[in-house]
Amino acid sequence: MRSSTVLRWMLAALGVVFALSVVQELARPETTDLVSSGTAESTLRRAVPILLAGLGGIWAERAGVVNIGLEGMMVLGTWFGAWGALEFGPWWGLVIGIAGGATGGLLHAVATVNFGVDHIISGVAVNLIAPALTRFLSGEVFVNRPGGGLTQSPRVESVGSLDVPFLAGGDLFGWTTPDLFGWITDRGWFLASDVAAVLGGITRSISWATLLALILVPASVFILWRTAFGLRVRASGEHPVAADSLGVSVYRMKFAAVVVSGGLAGFGGAFIAIEQTGIYRENQVQGRGFIGLATVIFGNWQPVGAFLGSLLFGFADALQLRDRTAVHALLLLVGVALAALTVRALLRKQTRLALMLTASSVAVLWWYAVTEEVVSELPPITPHVATLLVLVFAAGRLRPPASVGLPYRRGQE
Amino acid sequence: MSTPSLTTTAPAVELSGITKRFPGVVANDRVDLRVAEGEIHAVVGENGAGKSTLMKILYGMQAADEGTMTVGGAEVRFSSPSEAIDAGIGMVHQHFMLADQLTVLENVVLGAEPTRRGTIDRRSARRDLEELGRSYGLDLDPDDPVETLEVGERQRVEIIKVLYRGAKVLILDEPTAVLVPQEVEELFKNLRELKARGHTIIFIDHKLEEVLAIADAITVLRQGRTVATVEPSGVTAHQLAEMMVGSDLPTPSTEPRADDEYVTLAIRGLSVPATEGRPALEAVDLEVRRGEIVGVAGVEGNGQGVLVETILGLRQAADGNIALDGESIVDWTVRRRREAGLGYVPEDRQRRGLLLDAPLWENAMLGHQTAAPYTNGPWINRRGARDATTHIVADFDVRTPGIDTTARALSGGNQQKLVLGREMAAEPRMLIAAHPTRGIDVGAQASVWADLREARADGLAVLLVSADLEELIGLADRLLVMLRGRIVAELDPATTTPMQLGGYMTGASGEEGAS
Amino acid sequence: MNLRRLLLALAAPVGAFAFSVGLSSLVLLAVGTSPMEAWTEMLSYGTRLETFVETGNRATQLYLAGVAVAIGFRMNLFNIGVEGQYVLAALLAASAGAAVDLPPVLHVALIMAVAMAVGSAFAGVSGYLKVARGVHEVISTIMLNAVALAAVGFLLRTWLLDDTDATLNMKTPEIPPSGHFPKINGLVETFTREIGRGRELWGFLLVAVVVGVLFHVFLNRTRAGYDLRATGLNPFAAEAAGVDPSATVVRAMLLSGAVAGLIGLPEILGDAHKYDLGFTRGLGFAGIAVALVGRNHPGGVAVAAVFFGWLDSAAPILDVVGDTPREIVSILQGVVVLSAVVAYEVVNRVRRAAEARDAASAARQPVAEAAPAGAEEDS
Repeated sequence: MRSSTVLRWMLAALGVVFALSVVQELARPETTDLVSSGTAESTLRRAVPILLAGLGGIWAERAGVVNIGLEGMMVLGTWFGAWGALEFGPWWGLVIGIAGGATGGLLHAVATVNFGVDHIISGVAVNLIAPALTRFLSGEVFVNRPGGGLTQSPRVESVGSLDVPFLAGGDLFGWTTPDLFGWITDRGWFLASDVAAVLGGITRSISWATLLALILVPASVFILWRTAFGLRVRASGEHPVAADSLGVSVYRMKFAAVVVSGGLAGFGGAFIAIEQTGIYRENQVQGRGFIGLATVIFGNWQPVGAFLGSLLFGFADALQLRDRTAVHALLLLVGVALAALTVRALLRKQTRLALMLTASSVAVLWWYAVTEEVVSELPPITPHVATLLVLVFAAGRLRPPASVGLPYRRGQE
Repeated sequence: MSTPSLTTTAPAVELSGITKRFPGVVANDRVDLRVAEGEIHAVVGENGAGKSTLMKILYGMQAADEGTMTVGGAEVRFSSPSEAIDAGIGMVHQHFMLADQLTVLENVVLGAEPTRRGTIDRRSARRDLEELGRSYGLDLDPDDPVETLEVGERQRVEIIKVLYRGAKVLILDEPTAVLVPQEVEELFKNLRELKARGHTIIFIDHKLEEVLAIADAITVLRQGRTVATVEPSGVTAHQLAEMMVGSDLPTPSTEPRADDEYVTLAIRGLSVPATEGRPALEAVDLEVRRGEIVGVAGVEGNGQGVLVETILGLRQAADGNIALDGESIVDWTVRRRREAGLGYVPEDRQRRGLLLDAPLWENAMLGHQTAAPYTNGPWINRRGARDATTHIVADFDVRTPGIDTTARALSGGNQQKLVLGREMAAEPRMLIAAHPTRGIDVGAQASVWADLREARADGLAVLLVSADLEELIGLADRLLVMLRGRIVAELDPATTTPMQLGGYMTGASGEEGAS
Repeated sequence: MNLRRLLLALAAPVGAFAFSVGLSSLVLLAVGTSPMEAWTEMLSYGTRLETFVETGNRATQLYLAGVAVAIGFRMNLFNIGVEGQYVLAALLAASAGAAVDLPPVLHVALIMAVAMAVGSAFAGVSGYLKVARGVHEVISTIMLNAVALAAVGFLLRTWLLDDTDATLNMKTPEIPPSGHFPKINGLVETFTREIGRGRELWGFLLVAVVVGVLFHVFLNRTRAGYDLRATGLNPFAAEAAGVDPSATVVRAMLLSGAVAGLIGLPEILGDAHKYDLGFTRGLGFAGIAVALVGRNHPGGVAVAAVFFGWLDSAAPILDVVGDTPREIVSILQGVVVLSAVVAYEVVNRVRRAAEARDAASAARQPVAEAAPAGAEEDS
């Protein structure tokens, strides 16, 4: 990534925090949680499983295989993650969770790549098998343990976490470094303290597993766009016949990508069980595989895009759990943002768009004014609604891989 | 024209006794091919003669059931293209094998990526590419996404792809099919350059003038067998054609038409806005009279496809009028147009004309499912539909085990006979036939021509779009030439040669027309 | 020819079934229980009249779900949203049924109409998004599932809640008896003995049968059904043949949603007479499984629904006797689905190759000309 791009992203992030700070000021004392280190920390933690599912989706779809089995693969990840953590400790839990998800990916790969089964159908089948299998295994393994049962495991330990030295007051060779972000946060300066709070939230007691997940974003970009293997994977999703004609083993590429996809989803599942909740519980994935799929589209099949999408969805999730009034305050932000877009549309002379935006803006602000709280069912479906809106209004700007979803058989064009 | 090299060195490529069977057919039957080093060797034959299968075997995309191959004197056996590539063989496919969203560079290095510390070494790849481009006169920007390139440029990417892999032997599968004559010249220049640098070229084609102009040796295939290998100096185009077909050439021809001024189809000022960068239509006027075949010539993608789709109602016109039997149909749905007697033989029968996994009798009613004998009000008349299909199969010589066979099982020629048969059986007023003989064998071709002639004699108006210039000149009563979405010339087929037609198609012969 | 076709058609489901039973048995062996014992228990419990009644009830719902999914599948539309459609439809229909008082038949008809309208409308959104904005229905139905279930949660908690109820159970008000669908125990008991243990066979079974017959007639005997199948087989060819692709997509989604709306009614009208938290969920996804195993064919889906319904009804015995966990049945079902689709794919290839051979020999032309599509020459 070029430094100018990095700068642009940083400015954009700053802009978001700024907007949130303003709304926070406006909405005080109704809520104080819109920008806080707790919200930032929670956002990141809730974003990780979605991010991992999204990356999983990108890997599969870049190779041309639609993977709606992500949900089931995450389910496998939760169970195997918890089991592994119980038996061998949390780190092994992650590894075994990844392996569990990858096994789901393997199943999907065999069906779609080797047998040419429709991708959607195979994905649905994986989603049907995974919960059945985990329920069965729970009955075999967890039932006889203290705290365990047919639908849940005993509690499991999480992997360690880290306070970044100097920034968040972490220890360095036994010496407790100063907590820079914490110090600024406590000053109560407008914007600066808020920025520090957010940064503090994501640098203080950050789980090693979270770090690992975050590293997978640039790692995916690097592998898919910089290495020969990545080029071959992408070519298999764009024009498999061309790739095959150049001696690329398309089956192997698709196979590998789908297994990686399952592994990433499994990691996401294991993260939920080990890091987020500290327990395996039936249905705890709660559609996050599908939300991951949404971030694939939302992020235009780019890992960084999926990351942004997962942050957005993680934010909605985090606020909902922490402070409902904060969600309500967010309406104000959405209303103002829509108004800003109206101005932009007017400047570009897009009259119809401007009219629509004005109407939505007024509606949202009115909603803010006449209600005390946002209906609690709403925030959890933000990802779904947002994805639909993107597809409805911005589909032209999306670039899915050219051959995604099409069955490929060697020797048949 | 040079004579084949008669050196005593081992041939660059030698195939002997190659046999390849597909379920129910023998695509290659003990084929022999001997290509000397440094020559341009043409392989000619009708569609279905087994040329492509033979090349796929040589390039490792398919395995031969019998026979041996040697490259540079050593016996080889390829189980994948990468093995053929390693042996110095490269292939330029007829349908370009390029991933649109990837760049030229990515497409070229794919499968043979230079790496440096685990990543693709783009700098060295770019250097190699530019060097190849310079030395062979193949000019390209490595960082352009392929989707932005023109047809000729894409072909150059394909050739560079092959050279980049160090191929000494290049197979080109009908490279001129997608090119206009001027681009063909450019391609031939490149090929001669390659030959001068010691490359061996195997060139698949069925345009005989081109073959005679470029090849050092010609091997003719017919029905999966080698007929002969000849030198271009010792043979005429007509003799070659006879070797390909095995008997006297069927040439399409029509008797002069009866004097009938009734206009069946009238198009006035038809315009369609451009989408996806394809040239659409601009102020097209044309008329087709009763009992008349109007031919439309043009290089692929100059608006003929759009014209057909707009007449049929698959695309909406922005401006202008289309009248069938004097009634404007421009606002009608496709269904209403078809019910009014508009028949359609699509350019791509598998995509637009058939339900491949449905039985023949359900295919026969496709496009006519709102009328007797196929349906009765909202209900399907199974017996009526099946009887009608049986008649079509018999009348149009569709070779099939039965009407419950799925369309997919039939050969291209039989599929086409079914499509044409079902359109004719519905007794249309007007037939839109796009490339009706594309990709079918000689026998089926002759029968399609005969059917069209017969229908014309019965008063059917036909709009015939074709890339086969002989077919156009032979069948049409009048010829229109399309270029960039406009009709640029009206010609009398009786006095037009394919070469002249080509001139108009490429815009070389002026735009004012010759009518 | 026809015998071959029949054998090929049977080979896939039978093979998939055998494979699945085999694999499940291996799983049972692996965890140290006896598969023979488990299957015998299920067979003996499963052949009782009461279990058959349970099977009939379960299969009724599964069949409706399977048909809803199959309508979409037949034109290559994946209505993954049946789940959301039927739950929302059941809630609203139950509420509507409780809100009015009508003569018996009319009352039931109204509830059914509401359910079908709701399911239809909700599925129609996905159809509309596909034709108007090009949004793939898999994505839109998945996303709208979440929206529908959120809506159900909200509505049940607020506007549609029966607040006269003192217990904590969240439910809608009861539907009066005129809106109940009669049981049909009598129909069965004429041929057998009296059904015991208070089991009731829901009369809605007959509605499911009617839906199946209508589905068959519509698909195979009507022009609209032909248009729908043609679009599914090849949308481009169908369009050139005068089928309006957008209208067909919307129509198929509306139909699929209408049938989806019925899925919850056997339970609501025959048993619960209200929507509450005990309402059966997950049938939408089970319907996908049933449709896949039944190859989207009216009869095939029926067989699959009865089979899955029987497994569900016979499984509980495993918890009572022996030490086999009943979840083995869910695994068996999952494996059946995946192995069935794989088997269909394999059989399809065999059938295609055989047909191409027949066609080529019928063409009686010695060589390459009649190459099959996959090996087509030059072109």
